Amino acid sequence: MNNWYKNTYNISKKTAFGQGLKDGIPIALGYFAVAFSLGIIAKTAGLTPFQGFISSALNRASAGEYAIYTLIAAGASYVEVAIMTLVCNARYMLMSTALSQKVKEDTPLIHRVGAAFGVTDEIFAISISRPGYLNPYYNYGAISISTPAWALGTSLGIVAGEIMPVNLVSAFSVALYGMFLAVIMPAARKNRVVAITIIICFILSYLASVLPITASISEGTRTIILTVVIASVVAILCPRPSQEDDADE
Amino acid sequence: MNNVYVYIITAALVSFLIRALPMTIFRKPIKNRFVKSFLYYVPYVTLAVMTFPAITNATQSKISGFLALICGTVAAWFNQSLFRVAVICCLVVFFSELLLV
Repeated sequence: MNNWYKNTYNISKKTAFGQGLKDGIPIALGYFAVAFSLGIIAKTAGLTPFQGFISSALNRASAGEYAIYTLIAAGASYVEVAIMTLVCNARYMLMSTALSQKVKEDTPLIHRVGAAFGVTDEIFAISISRPGYLNPYYNYGAISISTPAWALGTSLGIVAGEIMPVNLVSAFSVALYGMFLAVIMPAARKNRVVAITIIICFILSYLASVLPITASISEGTRTIILTVVIASVVAILCPRPSQEDDADE
Repeated sequence: MNNVYVYIITAALVSFLIRALPMTIFRKPIKNRFVKSFLYYVPYVTLAVMTFPAITNATQSKISGFLALICGTVAAWFNQSLFRVAVICCLVVFFSELLLV
């Protein structure tokens, strides 16, 4: 725990990698369970365990992958999948932007891209909270254990989803939503605007799913439209204070 | 029927660019207040929209899904870890469906 507070940049590559690996273990355990439930959804979209492994290893995005699988299941177009991936993973753009402020200027491009490739909610959280410049080897360590767990969990979810009793599938399938809640609720507690926004999202999302005009649109497209509209309106009505740093949220 | 591998590569390419471009382009903080605010709210809005009512349709009974939403929200509100919130939601569905289904 003492190492946590030390400047990560000035330690050796090997030490940084080791620390990342260690901090990545609890993340990997959580990923495994959530990816398992993602695999159950990927199964409904017709993905094989191999395809699920590749997809999860390359995307490493719970919400984004969930949205992609529902789109694939609905036989959506490639353009829809591209837009959905963009919208669902837009937060990684913000995180990557925040992380870019921590990169030392002489860091080679390959390490900028390498560290950026591994950005997820959790990897971002552990790397942004370390003082000093970003040491890409720390990120590599964390990625090297969490990504295989994520990909393997997805594959096993696809395999076991078939043979598991229906009540267990039902129970596991909410793990993903539990993870979504774990990401949004702590922010809602700290920020009243976020809390109210979430309630509005629930109401509008429900209405969009039952009203005849919007219910005929695919679930994925509804999510894109609702996200862009609601986030834009809230950003106009309640813009973020310009002094605050996004990174500490 | 579209090709699954094209879907996977499309998604992988987009999610790679989203992560890699800011890291290589932005070396100074973004100034535009609307863009900053929009990007700030996007994750919460997307995740909230995708959670409800979908969580009530993922389970065998709508009531068990709704209970998982309530319990997961309470657990997450009190800063329980990602892993714990996920497990709590699963357990709530499993045990409530013993009675409901």
